[in-house]
Amino acid sequence: MKFTLSWLKKHLDTTASVDEITYALTDLGLEVEGVENPADKLKTFTLAKVKHAEQHPDADRLRVCTVETDEGDKQIVCGAPNARAGITVVLAKPGDYVPGIDVTLSVGNIRGVESHGMMASERELELSDEHDGIIELPSGEVGERFIDWLAQNDPAKVDPVIEIAITPNRPDALGVQGIARDLAARGLGTLKTKPVDPVPASFTADTKVVIDADTLDGCPLFCGRIIRGVKNGPSPQWLQDALRAIGLRPINFLVDVTNFFTYDRNRPLHVFDMAKVTGDLRVHRAAGGEELLALDGKTYKLQPGQMVISDAKGPESIAGIMGGEETGCTDETTDVFVESAYWDPIQIAYTGRALKINSDARYRFERGVDPAFTPEGLELAVRMIVDHAGGESSDLIQAGAVPDTSRAYKLDPARVISLVGMEIPEAEQRQTLTALGFRLEGNMAHVPSWRPDVLGEADLVEEVARIASLTKLQGKPMRRMDPGVPKPILSPMQRRERAARRTAAALGYNECVTYSFIDKASATLFGGGDDATMLANPISADMSHMRPALLPGLLQAAARNQARGFMDLALFELGHAFHGGEPEEQHLMLSGVLIGKTGPKNVHGTARPVDVFDAKADAEAILAAMGAPAKTQILRGASDWWHPGRHGMICLGPKKVLGVFGELHPKVLKAMDVKGPVVGFTLWPQEIPLPRKTGATRPALVLNDLQAVERDFAFVVDAQVAALDLMNAAAGADKALISDVRLFDEFIGGSLGEGKKSLAITVRLQPTDSTLKEADIEAVGKKIIEKVEKATGGVLRG
Amino acid sequence: MNDLRDKYIGLIAAAGDESTLEDLRVQAVGKKGEISLLMRELGKMSPEERQTAGPALNALKDEINSALSAKKAALEDAALDERLRGEWLDVTLPGRPRRMGTIHPISQVTEEVTAIFADMGFSVAEGPQIDTDWYNFDALNIPGHHPARAEMDTFYMHRAEGDNRPPHVLRTHTSPVQIRSMEKTGAPIRVIAPGRVYRADYDQTHTPMFHQVEGLAIDKDISMANLKWVLEEFVKAYFEVDDVELRFRASHFPFTEPSAEVDIRCSWEGGTLKVGEGDDWLEILGSGMVHPKVLQNAGVDPSEWQGFAFGMGIDRIAMLKYGIPDLRAFFDSDLRWLRHYGFAALDVPTLHAGLS
Repeated sequence: MKFTLSWLKKHLDTTASVDEITYALTDLGLEVEGVENPADKLKTFTLAKVKHAEQHPDADRLRVCTVETDEGDKQIVCGAPNARAGITVVLAKPGDYVPGIDVTLSVGNIRGVESHGMMASERELELSDEHDGIIELPSGEVGERFIDWLAQNDPAKVDPVIEIAITPNRPDALGVQGIARDLAARGLGTLKTKPVDPVPASFTADTKVVIDADTLDGCPLFCGRIIRGVKNGPSPQWLQDALRAIGLRPINFLVDVTNFFTYDRNRPLHVFDMAKVTGDLRVHRAAGGEELLALDGKTYKLQPGQMVISDAKGPESIAGIMGGEETGCTDETTDVFVESAYWDPIQIAYTGRALKINSDARYRFERGVDPAFTPEGLELAVRMIVDHAGGESSDLIQAGAVPDTSRAYKLDPARVISLVGMEIPEAEQRQTLTALGFRLEGNMAHVPSWRPDVLGEADLVEEVARIASLTKLQGKPMRRMDPGVPKPILSPMQRRERAARRTAAALGYNECVTYSFIDKASATLFGGGDDATMLANPISADMSHMRPALLPGLLQAAARNQARGFMDLALFELGHAFHGGEPEEQHLMLSGVLIGKTGPKNVHGTARPVDVFDAKADAEAILAAMGAPAKTQILRGASDWWHPGRHGMICLGPKKVLGVFGELHPKVLKAMDVKGPVVGFTLWPQEIPLPRKTGATRPALVLNDLQAVERDFAFVVDAQVAALDLMNAAAGADKALISDVRLFDEFIGGSLGEGKKSLAITVRLQPTDSTLKEADIEAVGKKIIEKVEKATGGVLRG
Repeated sequence: MNDLRDKYIGLIAAAGDESTLEDLRVQAVGKKGEISLLMRELGKMSPEERQTAGPALNALKDEINSALSAKKAALEDAALDERLRGEWLDVTLPGRPRRMGTIHPISQVTEEVTAIFADMGFSVAEGPQIDTDWYNFDALNIPGHHPARAEMDTFYMHRAEGDNRPPHVLRTHTSPVQIRSMEKTGAPIRVIAPGRVYRADYDQTHTPMFHQVEGLAIDKDISMANLKWVLEEFVKAYFEVDDVELRFRASHFPFTEPSAEVDIRCSWEGGTLKVGEGDDWLEILGSGMVHPKVLQNAGVDPSEWQGFAFGMGIDRIAMLKYGIPDLRAFFDSDLRWLRHYGFAALDVPTLHAGLS
């Protein structure tokens, strides 16, 4: 919303400066987005008079002028054709910045003649594009500031333009008068109110207006008057200036009047050229399919139920949103129907959205104009038209009635103070509301018709608080919920997330935050991409579906980094993925990927390609940090984006999958343009059972003084036998005695023959009551060999 | 005896290696060594002779022994020195490379914010990112026609044919968590709700996904003045300054009343932000007293309870504090960016050790 200072002053009697006004506006909740004050760049220029102008001795086009200034006579060289003795000019002195030529003046020497300043043209001062000569003023005294002269003689040129942002609850501030009312309530002046002076009716209108019964809820009131014999054409200068200053293009007087009241009073109006209207006007709902060429030059197809104004020929205006081109007013218009109607905000919002029309009328009607002002707004417009363009006006044509919006809410001064935390005396609270147009009856505040946003006691609090100024609010300590040391506040799951994230980083992974939406193809590769997880209005095709997993985002990130030349990558993300489109269908995951080598090529020769067991170790470390049990099963059969032979699910039983590690399927990598191989893992933190609450106490540490013994065994088994099965079998041979089984060698093929491998383990025996004797060790060894053979078919390697 | 002593001390001193030394030991003090043989003679001496010769021989034996072991140690030292000289390494070689992981600024700043609010008794609430339009809009006093709905550039989820419910939305703010939290625990309540939010917008300062933290405190007598204090304390702690001036500007949010946008005093001198000084104001969040209708919608009686809510951009305050210029880069996972702006794994923000 833009307005000029002089426009504001039509409604506000004030001596406040622009700075005071803008400060107050922002503080009141009418946030100033910009102030353009033309006087700022003109304030150094003063008036001067040319005493003599003589031909430059060395240049045909230049004159050497003697100019009377407030600092005495000065010599100025000037090239303007109109530079001559006797004229009053605008002087820029050395040191002044001239905006139109972007130069700070200094004493010049033009072809051997000194020049102490310049006499400016309008273009040089950015007042217009005029550059045929220097400015010649019809009046003014030498030394007078140019901006003072302008303020007196051409105020529009120095009228500051203020732009404010209006929050959706304040339609009243979409009119300059409403802004003035707020400022007056703040104490920055007095609101000027002028009684409406209706034009007497000269004839009885023969055009009727009807509102269909099913449309009365959308258009409770429609007012109009017909003016015959107007002389349309360009608007008076003040109106053109006012509209131009706020960025509107003057069109013709009749149209400009409607625009003026739109901004002056938040009262959109419409004018029909009566010569082009056939028969009566009818406000009704579209049947659907009707087409209308609107004033913006576009043709709109109406949807069933949308409100239109039709004449005998058909739709002529999209009600409350935009008029039709057909019946629009032109310079030739002589008979005009001025419309002032009240339209239901919700219906206007829906129609505007559906037709995608953004007009000043829609913007205002959907936020809510003052319904009670509908007839007055009409009278103001008719008065302005008749006064300037002549003609005679019909009587009032009215259909419907002013909707009743009267309501009142209790002002509870103590509650205001309690909610805001600021001591605002009751008298001041009442004064504020009164100044804003509320009518107080006892402690009931009756809401003015222009404030549709005030719908309860809380709104009264807001009005009082913002006029009192929230800037003045002093912070008051909020007491703790409980005295003393604050209690921990994270849930076990939140702690788990933190532990997982920091462990992954400690293991050398860089945390990524990737978008929650990805392209359909990538989503599909990871089991998503269905309609349930599809956005109805994605911002681009790359972001069309909610991610079914974190891996696709990480792989895309990897591909981007590879394209930048980073080939060794360790990335992870902790976040939610979506298995459906319902609120509860999101689940927490942690995924990591490892690509390339374990590190850069180095002098120690330690860099090697990453492999599945790097991913496995990291997955297990992160699971451990999240409190997962150490003892898990490794099963195969995870989703098909994993390498079928190179992945494992870390499980507590076949249904309880805590995570998957492995190599990504080459097809997936190819589809996503990632240079593989890639290993990685996905963990589901919520799957890890919460520990039973046992307090902080640890179980007692049992240390055994008896010497432990380690024995190595190597078994030949089929190549497909799982090492974990073999180790579990060995460990089961004597659960009391065997404290640990470690695999230390795997050897495939060679002398063992096709399809065979050798697995070598170290078994640690930890006696608890007496030192082990050779016979005991022998016995356990035998049992281990039996168990392993039974479980895996493995035989001790000779 | 002196001759003997001089001979062996001299030989020991001249010995060049351990085997020579061993030979000398055998010759001198070995079982059949010269000194041992002399000691055998003692038995044949008279008691008087023995009284002088005995201690002298013992002393000689001790002296030879200690000379032997001293020489042995010296030889060992020399040998070790010699070995170590051969073990010289070019220690300017780089160490074995180790991967350095990083924590994303979003996570770090979320933890910072959590640490500060935890101290003021706020716990951390969570809610779904796909939400119903009831939780995202209606419950927050934003009805279907409200212009704020259109202004929020909402992402809608696809609706299957025949499913006539209003489409779900990607939450446009973390405010729905207010409702869900109050529904769950009622009042009094103090929670913050950090998380991802979505709006259909993309340029240097807008990404279709970003992060907010919601704050909510409801009790019998919580006022807007308390809100101001809480935010002042937060800003001081977060930006690690002793003092900061906050400016509350009246504004409008459908779910709070009164509403205020909050600016902090700052300076942008030299292109770097300094909080708490200077003449500029920087908008950092929106806030207000929770609208009675919102309390009602969440099952909390507004005649009994009152309090405040606020919402703040996590990415934004991360950018401000750490001087990160471009929001889009947060979600690009450029390794150079992650390394430059990321945080060490063990750099856990706490109030006692510091937040940055």
